[in-house]
Amino acid sequence: MDFLRPASWEEALAAKAEHPTAVPIAGGTDIMVEINFDHRRPEYLLDLNRIELLREWEVGEESVRLGASVPYSQIMENLREELPGLALASHTVASPQIRNRGGVGGNLGTASPAGDAHPALLAAGAEVEVESVRGTRLIPIDEFYKGVKRNALEPDELIKTVHVKKADGPQQYSKVGTRNAMVIAVCAFGLALHPETRTVRTGIGSAAPTPVRATAAEEFLNAALEEGGFWDNGRIITPSIAKQFADLASGACNPIDDVRGTAKYRRHAVGIMARRTLGWTWEQYRAGNGRTLEGAA
Amino acid sequence: MAQHTRAVPAGTPTDVTQKHTEGGVGASTLRPDGTLKVTGEFAYSSDMWHEEMLWGQALRSTVAHAEIVSIDTSEALAVSGVYAVLTADDLPAAKNYGLEFRDTPVLAYGKVRHHGEPVALVAADHPETARRAAAKIKVEYRELPLITDEASATAPDAVLVHEGRTDRHASHVPHPNIVHRQPIIRGNADEAAKRADVIVRGEYTFGMQDQAFLGPESGLAVPAEDGGIDLYVATQWLHADREQIAPCLGLPEDKVRMTMAGIGGAFGGREDISMQIMASVLALRTGKPVKMVYNRYESFFGHVHRHPAKLYYEHGATKDGKITHMKCKIVLDGGAYASSTVSVVGNASSLSVGPYVIDDVDIEAIGLYTNNPPCGAMRGFGAVQACFAYEAQMDKLAAKLGMDPVEFRQINAMEQGTLMPTGQVVDSPAPVAELLRRVKARPMPPERQWETAGEGADVRALPGGLSNTTHGEGVVRGVGYAVGIKNVGFSEGFDDYSTARIRMEVINGEAVATVHTAAAEVGQGGVTIHAQIARTELGVTQVTIHPADTHVGSAGSTSAGRQTYMTGGAIKNSCELVREKVLEIGRRKFGSYHPAWATAELLLQDGKVVTDGGEVLASIADVLEDEAVEIEEQWRHRPTEAFDLVTGQGNGHVQYAFAAHRAVVEVDTELGLVKVIELACAQDVGKAVNPLSVIGQIQGGTTQGLGVAVMEEIIVDPKTAKVRNPSFTDYLIPTILDTPTIPVDYLELADPNAPYGVRGIGEAPTLSSTPAVLAAIRNATGLELTKTPVRPEHLTGTL
Repeated sequence: MDFLRPASWEEALAAKAEHPTAVPIAGGTDIMVEINFDHRRPEYLLDLNRIELLREWEVGEESVRLGASVPYSQIMENLREELPGLALASHTVASPQIRNRGGVGGNLGTASPAGDAHPALLAAGAEVEVESVRGTRLIPIDEFYKGVKRNALEPDELIKTVHVKKADGPQQYSKVGTRNAMVIAVCAFGLALHPETRTVRTGIGSAAPTPVRATAAEEFLNAALEEGGFWDNGRIITPSIAKQFADLASGACNPIDDVRGTAKYRRHAVGIMARRTLGWTWEQYRAGNGRTLEGAA
Repeated sequence: MAQHTRAVPAGTPTDVTQKHTEGGVGASTLRPDGTLKVTGEFAYSSDMWHEEMLWGQALRSTVAHAEIVSIDTSEALAVSGVYAVLTADDLPAAKNYGLEFRDTPVLAYGKVRHHGEPVALVAADHPETARRAAAKIKVEYRELPLITDEASATAPDAVLVHEGRTDRHASHVPHPNIVHRQPIIRGNADEAAKRADVIVRGEYTFGMQDQAFLGPESGLAVPAEDGGIDLYVATQWLHADREQIAPCLGLPEDKVRMTMAGIGGAFGGREDISMQIMASVLALRTGKPVKMVYNRYESFFGHVHRHPAKLYYEHGATKDGKITHMKCKIVLDGGAYASSTVSVVGNASSLSVGPYVIDDVDIEAIGLYTNNPPCGAMRGFGAVQACFAYEAQMDKLAAKLGMDPVEFRQINAMEQGTLMPTGQVVDSPAPVAELLRRVKARPMPPERQWETAGEGADVRALPGGLSNTTHGEGVVRGVGYAVGIKNVGFSEGFDDYSTARIRMEVINGEAVATVHTAAAEVGQGGVTIHAQIARTELGVTQVTIHPADTHVGSAGSTSAGRQTYMTGGAIKNSCELVREKVLEIGRRKFGSYHPAWATAELLLQDGKVVTDGGEVLASIADVLEDEAVEIEEQWRHRPTEAFDLVTGQGNGHVQYAFAAHRAVVEVDTELGLVKVIELACAQDVGKAVNPLSVIGQIQGGTTQGLGVAVMEEIIVDPKTAKVRNPSFTDYLIPTILDTPTIPVDYLELADPNAPYGVRGIGEAPTLSSTPAVLAAIRNATGLELTKTPVRPEHLTGTL
């Protein structure tokens, strides 16, 4: 195994172009486990730790440009207001030590359905900025996940930043694991209210081959909220709407039975989390007189 | 924590003849290795290094039950940096070892009997080279039918896991796939059942728990010039290891010299041999030091686990709450090799009744040979599984009678003088009812704190914790109680002893003592306790604890809650002999100067010889001058007897220990997630030699019991007998967020037969913790819950 240590982003892109099989390593919290267990033995490791720009973030007018290597602990500390859903998701990532090392780039690169960041990115609406020596492109998050541990990257591309829309309404994130901390998701659910567009977006983790949105649930809820004038009158969402939303979210799952949980439980739990996170975000929305700027956490 | 309380009834004998010494018996002296362990500086057995050292690596079977058709090592041997590749054919002498039966191959020959069994060995100059070379060994298997449970094990045409058994239980077991069977019959359960107003039956399942100790198996074997071997290893019992290692190396025992290396924890998981023989064989073969270190994945295959069990119970009771009878059958899955299954069966059987008075019992416990992972010793040793079941039964009986579950237990609680089903009299304090009273009397933790905490509400206090799954929705509180009984020490006629060598001498004008034993420090606190006893008995401040090795006699195993009792007893005994010797020298030298030398009761205190009236006669330094006093003696507990193979009668146990728990849980009933809020424990410890250690042991045992209640289980695929979760990613143990407040209330009711009145403490809390948590979850959910660990699927009907 060769260890490539580019000093700059340009060198990194050149190295990736030259060695398309090279596996990028930043925090190493995922890839090192795979290497230690001999599950994977890449020809080249491409160390991105010398590239400062990957550890930077920038809060713009509309969105946050989040460097791929910004550790979860930084997101929790500094971006709670702008990215409340992702901040909540970051809280649930492994242990403090891992949160100090791991970042969103790793979750996206691995593209495991169990990655904690995915449901929050799906719900908030994000674009992944990837680059190669050939140029830069923005991949909408909805088009990023291609299969079990497969993403939309070309072999010569590296993840540079993630552009996440700043919260324009409450966001929530829930994850089920069989222990109260430091656990891989049995399933997870992210929900974001977008009062500006009067839409709701969702994300489901660990309950399908890829992270997915509960599209039918979103469409149903968007229509129901519009029809009932809920965005304007700020009424409590009726239990029947919440239930239908939860059922549709459950139906968006395509889970498996594995050592962490049954498919049946995953469907069930996603429904519960959908109903609860809807309740929490809507309460926050109402408390903000139709518009909350406080964020969810 | 301020909430720990301690009650010493007046007039309790504590057997301390020596007067108080700073840092002596009863003091909470601090562990010398505590800071090192917390800061990561402690040298574990995996941290050792030797010049010219090679690394050993085992290749393990990928299937659970198969004939080995062929092994081709040629490609592995061709790897540069490889010094040796060995299979069973290359072993120098005996091919098998084992704690109770010698049924475990060092390297599989003929067939493999479980997933992850060692098949071949590699020594190389780098661990990665050894690992890659091992991967190049080609093993051809022809798979055999799997034995995975009682039905498949005892079928008339069942394949035998071990053919041609010659062990001491082979002749009496009903089937060769049953390692051991221990019935206990007392009274007449069928007759007594006729008196019952209510009868409850239950089938219970206990999952396979891992010890999950810190510091995976590791050690260093150094070949010596005399053809022997020096072995540095983290184990629970050096001498029992040596007895098994020497025949496999073809060496006399005195050429196998063992020294204890840094141990993380053990919990029973280091009682069996792991890498000891493999590393030694490689070292003898290559003539170089060989180090072996399992990673966590290999560790899951490299040691035995807690026996998973099926338990079938029937109890009856009269309307006034008296238990009439109990019938049970306990089926323990011992896996592919016997390990300590025989003793686990004896324990499960003899303790299956719990700490209750039941005169009419019909008990049967069996241990199976299967192709599942081998199971053996783990904290609680057979008593844990039984306690989980009988305590569920107690709640069922109480509910059926409309009685309070604690009162019901108190009505039936055993006490000093009660007869065990084995006919043995419980002849020291057994404060079962009192322990229950104490946990019940505790104030309840406040309810629905998250609602009153306002802005300060913390999701971490709720089920799901950091995962933010509920803000109170679906959360229901439950409370449950349990109490258990555990034997202390090695039972059933085992000649159990420990040895202590005590040396007293004068260094720089000060009397100092050295304590040399072979006792393993696995976290139980020997490092403080051994010095404390020497200080008390010899009246010195400076005590050196010599590293444990085989240059001194056996200390027995650090298990069964026996080490403070046994090695503590041996140290006390040897110190008393040293003290006598010192006084004898004093009398010889100074007796003519003061009549008190002959007439008074003399003590050693603060480095001096004093009379019991406090008069100083001489300093120990003046008595000893250049002379050193050294004594090595064995010390035994009172003998026990084997259980009769038909009736189960016999004075089989040394001592009994009791603990009770009250669990308070909050369950998210919609998601099936559990947060244990508080696990209060009350326990009789006989005598707290080191109160701080006592509380640590009780809290640790309680937490390990909580783990198997709500998360810990090695999952074995019944179709393949392969382990599905051999890592800490998927074998979950409690984090600090899963660990509740554990208030401890300990009693010190001395056992007159034990040194200082001590009672083994490490295991009892592991028993009652699990059923208390289960009872609390049942209380919250109304579900029957007959399996542990409880998974979210069980609580939400989504299996």
